[in-house]
Amino acid sequence: MEYQAKELFAKHGVATTLGVVVETPEAAKAAAEELGGVTVVKAQVKAGGRGKAGGVKLAKTADEAFEHASNILGMEIKGLTVNRVLVTPATPPVEEYYFSFLLDRANRGHLCIASVEGGVEIEEVAKTNPEAVRQIRIDALEGVTPEKAAAIVDEAKFPAELRDQAIEMVQKLWEVYTQEDATLVEVNPLARLEGDKLEALDGKVSLDENASEVRHPDHEQFEIREEADPLEAKAKDLGLNYVKLDGEVGIIGNGAGLVMSTLDVVAYAGEKHGGVKPANFLDIGGGANATVMANGLDVILNDAQVKSVFVNVFGGITACDEVANGIKGALEILGDNATKPLVVRLDGNNVEQGRAILAELAHPLVTVVDTMDGAADKAAELANA
Amino acid sequence: MTIYLNKDSKIIVQGITGGMGSKHTTLMLQADADIVGGVNARKAGTTVELNGKELPVYGTVEEAMKETGANVSVAFVPPAFTKDACIEAIDAEIPLRVVITEGVPVQDTAEVFAYLQGKKTRMIGPNCPGIISPEESLAGITPHTIAGKGPIGLVSKSGTLTYQMMYELRDYGFTTAIGIGGDPIIGTTHIDALEAFEADPETKAIVMIGEIGGDAEERAAAYIKEHVTKPVVGYVAGFTAPEGKTMGHAGAIVSGSSGTAQAKKEALEAAGVKVGKTPSETAELMREIMSSLA
Repeated sequence: MEYQAKELFAKHGVATTLGVVVETPEAAKAAAEELGGVTVVKAQVKAGGRGKAGGVKLAKTADEAFEHASNILGMEIKGLTVNRVLVTPATPPVEEYYFSFLLDRANRGHLCIASVEGGVEIEEVAKTNPEAVRQIRIDALEGVTPEKAAAIVDEAKFPAELRDQAIEMVQKLWEVYTQEDATLVEVNPLARLEGDKLEALDGKVSLDENASEVRHPDHEQFEIREEADPLEAKAKDLGLNYVKLDGEVGIIGNGAGLVMSTLDVVAYAGEKHGGVKPANFLDIGGGANATVMANGLDVILNDAQVKSVFVNVFGGITACDEVANGIKGALEILGDNATKPLVVRLDGNNVEQGRAILAELAHPLVTVVDTMDGAADKAAELANA
Repeated sequence: MTIYLNKDSKIIVQGITGGMGSKHTTLMLQADADIVGGVNARKAGTTVELNGKELPVYGTVEEAMKETGANVSVAFVPPAFTKDACIEAIDAEIPLRVVITEGVPVQDTAEVFAYLQGKKTRMIGPNCPGIISPEESLAGITPHTIAGKGPIGLVSKSGTLTYQMMYELRDYGFTTAIGIGGDPIIGTTHIDALEAFEADPETKAIVMIGEIGGDAEERAAAYIKEHVTKPVVGYVAGFTAPEGKTMGHAGAIVSGSSGTAQAKKEALEAAGVKVGKTPSETAELMREIMSSLA
């Protein structure tokens, strides 16, 4: 979110105005009084187009700040509820520029995008005036040296009187990008204020979760729990790789690719069964033991929308008999809380033993189907019953 | 023939003494891979016994290569140390480097990739199951029991979909199956593998498995159109993935209208690649091709 990006900017010495983050209209009013003068009240959600949606308003007085905050708080922007607003001093820009560093997957390195036509969606500028949007590749080993920063600023054609400030800002933004392990650091607009002062007026930072895990424990503070889906939050606490979707067939599988594929296969099967859809992504990886399986089932069965569950496991390293025992153990752990039909497809390592365990269990909720497509069809059928 | 890895490959394991490293070294030995030793600076000079074989542990990759003639290294080192382990292996000029480790910071991989340029090492991964040339060798974690040797080449972003597809086509078998990994930046791409399979006389047809995120599949499609004469069958996972959510693999994310499964499928089909809707349908398309080649 904007205020979090600005905190990271400030930490690395990028010129910006933090403002005050508040969650009530009363607090917005108090903040506006404290700041004095004209302020801007800005919705804080992880989405672009906040201005267009009416989530950014100028307030001439503290009472106006109160009024705007009352309107903006609780508003929905691109499906996200606004729970906090940022109150900042109004600093009308003389000119607006665009600047970002981002991961360049295609070239397997980093890219800088800069334009002196900022303030609007950069994709639009790229369409209407592609020459104005400069893309400059950054060597991952050399990084952004003072010389490279100067070259970027000159290539983007920043005004001469701002050149030194811009070079300094580019280097500091690179510091944010590398030292925080970001995959995107975007400033839009990068504003030229009265008195030729450059400032990051709005920004966005995306952090690499792998890096946060390995070397930035402090990044945890940027996660805003109440906005995560409650089932996703629960799954995260249990160490499960789960994404909530909007559908009726719960999915458990091993391996990200196979689980994504399972969602697709269920969606196709659903076309024949009243349009039922997959309810979630859940990858239990290699750890298909009873506890992991029980935790996974527990999360999925707590999803009120779920009507059936499809367990799709290919035993690679994991043996299917272990998976079958995992399902058996999970059903024992869950007891009467297991209420929805389970379609299980096992293949690969020790598949006969696995299927034998489930056959012997003969649990009334469990149906074993031999193929992935067949099992998806059965699960969709049960979800539509 | 196989690509990148064959029965003469001599493999060392970085992280051989760790849990993952020792477990999978045992499995690689069971797949008849010629594992010649391991690397762990703190345990240099010792040996480990795995699958009844006494394996020496060396202090550095360079030393291990000098002592054993190793030409492949497989890394099971923790994500925080992966970059340094890679740089070490590249400096030692190991010809093939397979990085199994999941969770490597992407800026580290970007640095390693930049460092690789102009060097003698090919890197596969990170965050991948590695490479198997059935009945010859295994450098990674792909189960060797799924399928044997045969005329199909396989390249995939996903581990379990590699296993699934090998299983579906186990009656035909594979020259080599490579899992290139699901991270945003990887060492060996679909295009690299397609080029190698195209050049390999024993590979008669190729299965290419992709997933949402990035534009690697679109670029592969353009490459196929220009350079690949062998039949290619494709599969793309993630049609139902919502925008902006990471689906398990760090690289598997749809951003705006880019990286969607639909766009990838269309690009592949425009290049003459038959794309299956499900893994089984994809295998079926490959069967049709194989029977028409017979």
